[in-house]
Amino acid sequence: MTALSMRGVRKRFAATVALAGVDLEVAAGEIHALLGENGAGKSTLMKILAGAITPDAGVISLNGTTYAPRDPIAGRDAGVAMIYQELTLAPHLSVVENIRLAREKTITRADATAALRALGLTNSVNTLVKNLGPGERQIVEIARAIAADARVIVLDEPTSSIGPMEASRVFDAMRRLRDLGRAVIFISHHLDEVRAVAERFTVLRDGASVGTGRIAETSDDALIALMAGRPLGQLFPVRTWAAGGVVLKIDALAGDSLPRDASLELRRGEIFGIAGLIGAGRTELLRTIFGLDAVRAGHVRVGAWSSSTAQPYLNLRHGVGMLSEDRKNEGLAQRLPIATNLLLSSLNRHARHGVVDDRTLARASEPWLARLGIKAASPLRLVSELSGGNQQKVAIARLLAHDVDVMLLDEPTRGIDVGSKAEIYRLLASLASQGKAIVMVSSVATELLGLCDRIAVMHRGVLGAARAADAWTEESIVHAASLGTAKDVA
Amino acid sequence: MSPLGRLRGIVGPLIGFALLFAFVAWSDPSALSALVAPGNVRTVLVQYAGLMIAVVGMTLVIVSGGIDLSVGSVAALSSVVTALALSRGASPTVAALAGIATGVTFGCLNGLIVTRWRIAPFIATLGTMGIARGLGKWLAQDQTVRVPDEQLGWLDALTTANPQPAWLVLAPSVWIAFLVAIVGAVVLRHTVFGVHVTAIGSSETTARLCGVRVERTKWIVYALSGLCAGIAGTILFARLTVGDPTAAIGFELQVVAAVVIGGASLAGGEGSIGGALCGALLLGFLVQGCNLLGIKNSAQEMLTGVIVVLAVTIDAWRSRR
Repeated sequence: MTALSMRGVRKRFAATVALAGVDLEVAAGEIHALLGENGAGKSTLMKILAGAITPDAGVISLNGTTYAPRDPIAGRDAGVAMIYQELTLAPHLSVVENIRLAREKTITRADATAALRALGLTNSVNTLVKNLGPGERQIVEIARAIAADARVIVLDEPTSSIGPMEASRVFDAMRRLRDLGRAVIFISHHLDEVRAVAERFTVLRDGASVGTGRIAETSDDALIALMAGRPLGQLFPVRTWAAGGVVLKIDALAGDSLPRDASLELRRGEIFGIAGLIGAGRTELLRTIFGLDAVRAGHVRVGAWSSSTAQPYLNLRHGVGMLSEDRKNEGLAQRLPIATNLLLSSLNRHARHGVVDDRTLARASEPWLARLGIKAASPLRLVSELSGGNQQKVAIARLLAHDVDVMLLDEPTRGIDVGSKAEIYRLLASLASQGKAIVMVSSVATELLGLCDRIAVMHRGVLGAARAADAWTEESIVHAASLGTAKDVA
Repeated sequence: MSPLGRLRGIVGPLIGFALLFAFVAWSDPSALSALVAPGNVRTVLVQYAGLMIAVVGMTLVIVSGGIDLSVGSVAALSSVVTALALSRGASPTVAALAGIATGVTFGCLNGLIVTRWRIAPFIATLGTMGIARGLGKWLAQDQTVRVPDEQLGWLDALTTANPQPAWLVLAPSVWIAFLVAIVGAVVLRHTVFGVHVTAIGSSETTARLCGVRVERTKWIVYALSGLCAGIAGTILFARLTVGDPTAAIGFELQVVAAVVIGGASLAGGEGSIGGALCGALLLGFLVQGCNLLGIKNSAQEMLTGVIVVLAVTIDAWRSRR
């Protein structure tokens, strides 16, 4: 039975056509993957479904009746639930209070408890949400949708900030949701996840639906070709490792609680991958090297400079730059223009006697926008107006504009589409061949294997021994990440 | 930023001015001509020169994401220090510098508490607000500090309504206020330091990641706010010709109100000195307009409150679109 049908949906914002005719059908008791690159129109379509914006044209029906919500509350009352990447739970309220929030009259404690149990969450319903892990919070969100009797539930990249173990619990909850006969729309950039849980898919490209079908009958290449509109070619560039002298040397580095013990030698022209589970201390390692977190023991040497009491500005002065995993809050100042974000660490080079102005900054940032293919109306527009992939390119461009020699990159491809990912891989490869040294933290084993020269795995704050990338397999990385001991693959 | 964006801060106060003048004209047309008469404008400017100066420092603080509640007490303390210095035989220049140095000292103290001890600016400056007020009363022995007229020297001419030479037109204190505002606006909009301040207010973690020396920058911001409060205090002394430890009570809230009317966001990252200056003048003309219409002080205060809420509401509406 069709739970949701959207036909010929169109929407334009001023001069930009966001949706140019989208068809989407989702059956009850189905997990339907909605795929597409950033900017393909997925969020606009979902906002229309939620009732946050009204379409210019198109027919939407929910369980056979016409659906045209005035606002998100009307959408919610009609049985549509949205679960975004940024969760909307109140951390200081309990699980049950969150589920019943603003619906205390219609949802009883018993309903809330039943919804949680149906999803397999065994915690006490009186636990405060702040004490739950990120995966469990997702499950509470899903329980809220069940308790509110939502018929169509949208999950927008539910696993983008949680580890594989937590993710599998969320997938489990999604399957239970399906078995309860709800229609589930799953948005994800990870094709392996899509394959694991979804039955059918719809691909959007440039605001139009360009393909729909059964996942099991469609290859990854075919999906990627649909999303990108062209065959992607090689995802990972071919590289030859020609590493030079040591530029960064870390000895038995320990921070406040993480990392506990990390040593590595990074060479010019090298891409060094760090794998590990969420919470293993990979981010903390980069932060400690960069001077954002305190060093408790050990040494960091950058060339001839020993940065035992390092600060970010000193590291930058010595040619070390860092890309944050948290693009939204740390990586970029969302309320500042693109140009300011791009040049924030190298402002003094564009200033005369400490004086700068917007026009100089705009002019200085234009070559970088062109070089990295960042699509922006003007460098003086707010960075928040850009898509995720373009935002990430601005953050990387900042390191290039500062002309750092050592790049510490924390999850450089998180939350961006396949096309932008391939571009970033090519960029990193060409930077390495120009002699930059790159440390790259990633939770995606395939990208480490495809791009890095050497890989080390972090486990509970301890960085394991580095080995050449071809001495690792996906399996041995996962093994080392979850058990801490490298399984012999030779 | 687009050209319209640059003007953003002053749109709110301009609407306020338009409403104020319309209201005055509607109540009593003759009061309007009295309000905009050159002599009256000069009086308002002299009375509000101190506010205009303090507003410049506060804009920097608010754009950096902080707040400085101590400026009123610090201004009063500075006026007491200036008066005491003069009464002990110091020259007017030395006395003025002592008053200004007092402000800078308290600004540095605020910076120290905020950056080194990591106390929230609201609490830190609430504390120094009390310290400065108490210190002023203690130094002045709970009295106003009188200074013989002949010792005032050039300080006496600072706030005169009839400046010499006559081509100055406005009192020297008003010119000082304009100068401070221009310097402040250039610093905020067109210097590396200003961009750093904006970046810290917009996202402190991003600024740190990009190598901005967050602590040092904040420290300077609070020191500059103290400097402005010190200058305002010295001018306050020149206007009153006594050092009054109980002066300028509630001044800090007027300053914050002016900055917010001028389009600044208390969340940081946004604000303009031009807007804040217009906000300060709006508060000044509001009081003067009410006086001319014979509106009681109690009603004036309520009206000021309404204006603050309205200005911020209009601003929130516009930025939501």
